[in-house]
Amino acid sequence: MRGCFLLLTPLEFTVTSPKLSLRKVMVYTCFVWLFAYAVFFFTENTAVLSSAIILTLAGMMIHIHFVKVDHETLLIIGSLGVQLSSSYASGRESTIFIEMNKLKDIVINEAVYMHSIIYYLCILIKDPADPETVTSVVPLFQSSNPRLNCLVQVYRSCQEILAQSR
Amino acid sequence: MVLKLFFPQCCNTADSGLLVGRWIPGHNSAVVLAVIHYPFIPGQVKKYLSELQSQTQVDLTVLGSWSMPKEGQEGMDSFLKDLSTIFPQKCWLQLSREIGKRGFTCQVVQNNGRLLQDREQKNGEGDKIILIHYDQRKVMLSQLHPVQDVGQKSDVEASELRLVFQTVAQSQPLFFLDKYDDGPLKLSHWQSEGREASIIAELLKQASVPVCIFLTWLLSLWYWFCSFRILHLPPVLFISSKLSTCVQSVYRAVHFRTVFSPKKAGTHVEFMRKANIFVSFLVDIALGLLLISWLYRENRISKLADTLVPVADRVAKELQELLEWLMGAPAGLKMNRALDQVLGRFFLYHIHLWISYIHLMSPFIERILWYVGLSACLGLTFALSVLSDIVALLTFHIYCFYVYGARLYCLTIYGLSSLWRLFRGKKWNVLRQRVDSCSYDLDQNTADTALFPLQLFIGTLLFTILLFLLPTTALYYLVFTLLRLVVVLFQGVIHLSVDFINSFPLFAIGLRICRPYRLAEGVKFNVLCQEPGTPLHLMMEINPLKCSSVLQCYRTPTYSCYPKDSWAGLCKKLFVGELIYPWKQKTDKTD
Repeated sequence: MRGCFLLLTPLEFTVTSPKLSLRKVMVYTCFVWLFAYAVFFFTENTAVLSSAIILTLAGMMIHIHFVKVDHETLLIIGSLGVQLSSSYASGRESTIFIEMNKLKDIVINEAVYMHSIIYYLCILIKDPADPETVTSVVPLFQSSNPRLNCLVQVYRSCQEILAQSR
Repeated sequence: MVLKLFFPQCCNTADSGLLVGRWIPGHNSAVVLAVIHYPFIPGQVKKYLSELQSQTQVDLTVLGSWSMPKEGQEGMDSFLKDLSTIFPQKCWLQLSREIGKRGFTCQVVQNNGRLLQDREQKNGEGDKIILIHYDQRKVMLSQLHPVQDVGQKSDVEASELRLVFQTVAQSQPLFFLDKYDDGPLKLSHWQSEGREASIIAELLKQASVPVCIFLTWLLSLWYWFCSFRILHLPPVLFISSKLSTCVQSVYRAVHFRTVFSPKKAGTHVEFMRKANIFVSFLVDIALGLLLISWLYRENRISKLADTLVPVADRVAKELQELLEWLMGAPAGLKMNRALDQVLGRFFLYHIHLWISYIHLMSPFIERILWYVGLSACLGLTFALSVLSDIVALLTFHIYCFYVYGARLYCLTIYGLSSLWRLFRGKKWNVLRQRVDSCSYDLDQNTADTALFPLQLFIGTLLFTILLFLLPTTALYYLVFTLLRLVVVLFQGVIHLSVDFINSFPLFAIGLRICRPYRLAEGVKFNVLCQEPGTPLHLMMEINPLKCSSVLQCYRTPTYSCYPKDSWAGLCKKLFVGELIYPWKQKTDKTD
């Protein structure tokens, strides 16, 4: 079962994804290297082995730097704005800050995907010059996908803060 | 309402004094730019501020007082409180910090004497204060993206962050006073420890103006030379529009005019454009010189020239063999012997002429190539354009063959389609630009639109002839189109790389890598201190622009070569036999 670990301070919500599992890494590496050995057995070319090693290393580095998200944070500061930040397994952080005058609302949306219904929290963005139209929708917690009970807690706290700042 | 105060990090440990800054219009926030220390004379403070206001167009005011009491300065607090009467403000801020504690305390006094304090217990009525710490030097130097034109949006509509960045950037003269100045005022800001400057940078700045003037004069000479009447004759214009070297040199001349103008760049966009062009030009020249040093070492260029004529010979021989093959039974297909022989001999004669021409030129080739190779010192893009032109000149016969074959094939297809319409009883109505039906009746009334039996007979004859000649013409067309496409592909690759070197914003990418705070996409906040009884402290850092956005934003516009037709359009043209010129330059107005 995927874990959703929520840290609640009045302003900041962090959702942590499960860490990179060692078993998966070992299984994947063994597979690739066994395959490389099999190819080497038939072709007697050592370049196959070194390229398999380099490929595994490069693939792992790319995975932890660009793909594997460690935790995602939502920081709400009333009257200033909302900051979304994703922190990857290698320590890289990517941040977006949305100012309060561009933020229309925070809602929970449901999406029907194949046989299941997915709930996700999203931010509705408006153009300050035209306050009634929603120009874009930014979904939150894309990689960790917390369950509805977590989302409802976050939603309630966000709505309190947003109501204060209006 | 929440009051937001932007406080510079450098003033965290400043001595007690007055806070100088600006109230952001339209938002309940203020930016602190500097701290003026005790002792000061209020009249001099006011005079200094009004001087700066006229210099920077930023409405600087005294925002409040800052107190960080050290030993022996206990009476400071009450003294600073009384200052609010000397500097009348709508809102007077009183920030104070104790050594050893992390948070500041902040009190806001409104004009009517109402005291607003930060207390967590009072909700609903209570106003909160947020202190946002920022790195003054980085915010001063950074530019928020997307860049907005100056004067495009009024202050009220602009976002708060943009106004903060603008305020700090425009207040540069405020940061010129440092602690070694003997003036009446002592300020604390990011440069108060002493201004740093580099002698080399200053010398370069001074020297750049006369150099720019000199280079602009040289450029005007070049333009005067280009405006000669003899260079504006139609044949010369036509040739120069086809040669990529001329196009590249015109493009570079336009660039130089931008870069070498003695006027300083006004806006950020202009400055980045100039810097990008300058850096890419320098890199171009460096690569060109590298190429020259490689070519001329061990006399490689003479060896290249020596192999050029044999290569041309070899190409001609291959073409001859190809034509012999076509004149026989190529791939087992049976050609129409007469047409085959005619076309084959025609093209063979052309090749013979071409070879004689090359052999005539061969004694001079080495000298010409030696001097042409020197032109690479004008840049790698120049050398690549020259290479593209040389390839175009050397494969001119392939181009001619392609044109002949395409025209012949086009005529055949055109005739076939028109005669095919004749069979079905339809005619092309030139007036209405559509296909109309034609009857075979010989009535008096419809005499002018009817088809006579004679027309039908001749039409059938021609149709049959063209149909049976089609394989031969189609085969020649196919072979020469393929050759032409190979040459076009090679030229296209060269043009694409020239375009890449021309348009890549090296300076912007270098700035993004080495000084990421200068190109800002936004900001990010960290919570520093959140204790009850003190305002919320946040740390504002600059979020640098993504590399892909840098490329998109700062790409130098070029006369880029792009494919004129889509794949479907190209295939259709090839099938019908129209001449294709797949790379179209953007500045070409005729289609």
